[in-house]
Amino acid sequence: MYGLGIVKGLTTTLRHFFETYLDDLRWLGKGRYGTPQGIQHRSSKNVRGLFTIQYPEEKIPVPEEFRYIPFLIHEEGANGEQQDRCTACGICAKVCPPQCIWIVRTTDSATGRPVPAPAEFYIDIDICMNCGLCAEYCPFDAIKMDHDYEIASYDRRQAHIFDKQRLSRPVSYYAAIRPSNYASEEEARKEKEARKAKAQAAA
Amino acid sequence: MTSTPATTLEQEIEARLGDALAHETRPGYTGYRVEAARLIEAARTLRDDFHYDYLSCVTGVDQLPEGKLEVVYHLFRTRGGGALVLHTLLPRDDPHLPSLVSLFPGAELQEREAYDMYGIRFDGHPDLRRILMWEGFAGWPMRKDWKEAFYEQEGKPFDARWPGGRARRSEDQNPFGSNVEYPPGFTLEGWVPEGEDALYASFGRIEPGGNGSGLRTDRMLINLGPQHPSTHGIFRMVAVLEGETIIDIKPVVGYLHRNHEKIGERNTFLMNMPFTDRLDYINSLSNNFGYALAVEKLMGIRPPERAEYIRIIMAELGRISNHLWFIGFLLNDLGAYFTPALYAIQDRELILDLFEAITGSRMMCNYFRFGGVARDFPEGTLQRIRELVEERLPRKIDELDGFLSGSEILRGRAIGVGVLPPDRAIAYAAAGPVLRASGVAYDVRRAEPYGIYDRFDFNVAVRTHGDVYDRYLIRLDEMRESLKILHQALRDIPAGEIQTGKAMYQVRVPAGESYARVDGPKGELGFYVVSNGKPNPWRYHVRPPSFISLTPLGEMCRGQKIADAVVILGSIDITLGEVDR
Repeated sequence: MYGLGIVKGLTTTLRHFFETYLDDLRWLGKGRYGTPQGIQHRSSKNVRGLFTIQYPEEKIPVPEEFRYIPFLIHEEGANGEQQDRCTACGICAKVCPPQCIWIVRTTDSATGRPVPAPAEFYIDIDICMNCGLCAEYCPFDAIKMDHDYEIASYDRRQAHIFDKQRLSRPVSYYAAIRPSNYASEEEARKEKEARKAKAQAAA
Repeated sequence: MTSTPATTLEQEIEARLGDALAHETRPGYTGYRVEAARLIEAARTLRDDFHYDYLSCVTGVDQLPEGKLEVVYHLFRTRGGGALVLHTLLPRDDPHLPSLVSLFPGAELQEREAYDMYGIRFDGHPDLRRILMWEGFAGWPMRKDWKEAFYEQEGKPFDARWPGGRARRSEDQNPFGSNVEYPPGFTLEGWVPEGEDALYASFGRIEPGGNGSGLRTDRMLINLGPQHPSTHGIFRMVAVLEGETIIDIKPVVGYLHRNHEKIGERNTFLMNMPFTDRLDYINSLSNNFGYALAVEKLMGIRPPERAEYIRIIMAELGRISNHLWFIGFLLNDLGAYFTPALYAIQDRELILDLFEAITGSRMMCNYFRFGGVARDFPEGTLQRIRELVEERLPRKIDELDGFLSGSEILRGRAIGVGVLPPDRAIAYAAAGPVLRASGVAYDVRRAEPYGIYDRFDFNVAVRTHGDVYDRYLIRLDEMRESLKILHQALRDIPAGEIQTGKAMYQVRVPAGESYARVDGPKGELGFYVVSNGKPNPWRYHVRPPSFISLTPLGEMCRGQKIADAVVILGSIDITLGEVDR
């Protein structure tokens, strides 16, 4: 019969329509909207009905690997002093595809020799493509990709070149947003140090 | 694939064409060198007597140190097998050679591109105009001696970043207005765009027609786009109409052009990886795949087992997400405004969430590395893929099938519309689903398997009518075949390393040329890379399937109604990021 295909299609539409309300009813009082478990449900394989996350009232928790604009890590001393992990080796600047990283090395004022620390560190976030290669190839785990994607600003001329101060975050921040990456790196570091100590003891 | 061993085929070719073809002797190069004067003859014999009927890729190379320009042709047989490469070297001051459009109409847009980028003239080309650049552009941008207005250095990394360290905003380096060069004697004041005239003139004289009913009708010329909701981006179709019937149609592209290839030649090999994401931004993973293969071929490395499986899983998930997107937006083009699209992209959303968890980004995945992948699957993601592949995706494909395939409106609008017969599809070098919907069972995964596709049991989806409806159905078929591959890959994926050797930010790529192709969701996506042993590729060329599949647009649209042009364009499945590059 002509039109049967359309009728069959419309039943799909109708099913979607009802599923929207059925799922709402099923979740009645359990917080389908505005709660972490509701958001998780709406981005899981079990979701029926509406997928929509009501941004900015609701936000999807970003996965650990999510990458956005790099940041620099500094270690915090007991007295609150900051020690940059970065040694100004320049690998991130060399691997950066859009070439948005500028590094000025520190030079010893007495000898004029370069010191392994950045005097200045800039990232032009207008052209950063969030590829994450800098974080991937940094041998000192000093530059990592951030999770903070809400960085809109009113003044692009001034605000869009991030300097060292703007980029720098404590290592605790890194451990908080990327716990498993942090744990595996710490493990590798400890292993390396143990091997070094062993080699020294042997020698 | 062929009944005769490859050596005898080679011998046969050399016996027939020995005086026209000379073995390519440059180290790392393959194929033959052919004089411009003998090109047509060689190509015709190869096509007619040796079944090299698929001219996949035509591109220019600037061999500046030798003072030559080169044109490289990659020919394939649709019965399967590897490439036959032809090289033609031309003088730089007056580069011209015969056009192959009469033999392989699929070369039309590619030859125009080579003309646009290198200034190589193809004699006998029916419509040799600039294609990606505008007609008032001065110079040939892909030549090595052409430099952009914000030129800093021949190759990255730039010294100004490190150890120089002078922070400047990129915008200040490229100030608006002074980045344009005009030809000598050109003034913008009172400029009449001659290119438009040339475009309209390329249709020939538009005669007043008649539709046979005795009514006197006028033919008219109509522009669809560049801003038009049906074009999935900034894309223009110029149509000659008689009433509602299309007499001829031509695509006008280049509005999104950013000279990806020039950027690619300034980049180091690794830097190009995230740039390939931006080609066909719906399928960054298959772009990564093709590029990684091309460079790995030159380097002579293979990824470890686990990485091979990860690649297949990611590429096939990408195919499903592309086809869901395609079906949704084809229905949009048909006027079923956003209901099917939203149903289709619900499950695409779940796939993208997975991509985000694995690669760090939903669409700009930047996941493949030379000899491996960037990182292993994080904990739990493999399970999530399994659940998706086993539970949700088959259900979604069946739902879309039931929802749409039987609909009389879809059938009425799509069956018999935009027919491309198989022989024409091959001649036009149409790729992927467009080719296979025309009844040509040609799938690179089968014809010249890459990665570990030779281990999986799947069918090459084929439909025979070559109309819009078959191009819709074949996407459903392909998604089902992808699920088959995913099932097997998820079953067999081993544990182990994901990177061969140490991951290096500066890879050493031996001198030579390589062409690697993958069967992306939009068709055969090829990367032609020439290395001269330096950190940056000497030549980096993309064979964009959706660009080349636009070549037969005119043929598919002729005689159809103007409203169908939108649907036919939709059924090719283009992404402007890839068309314009």
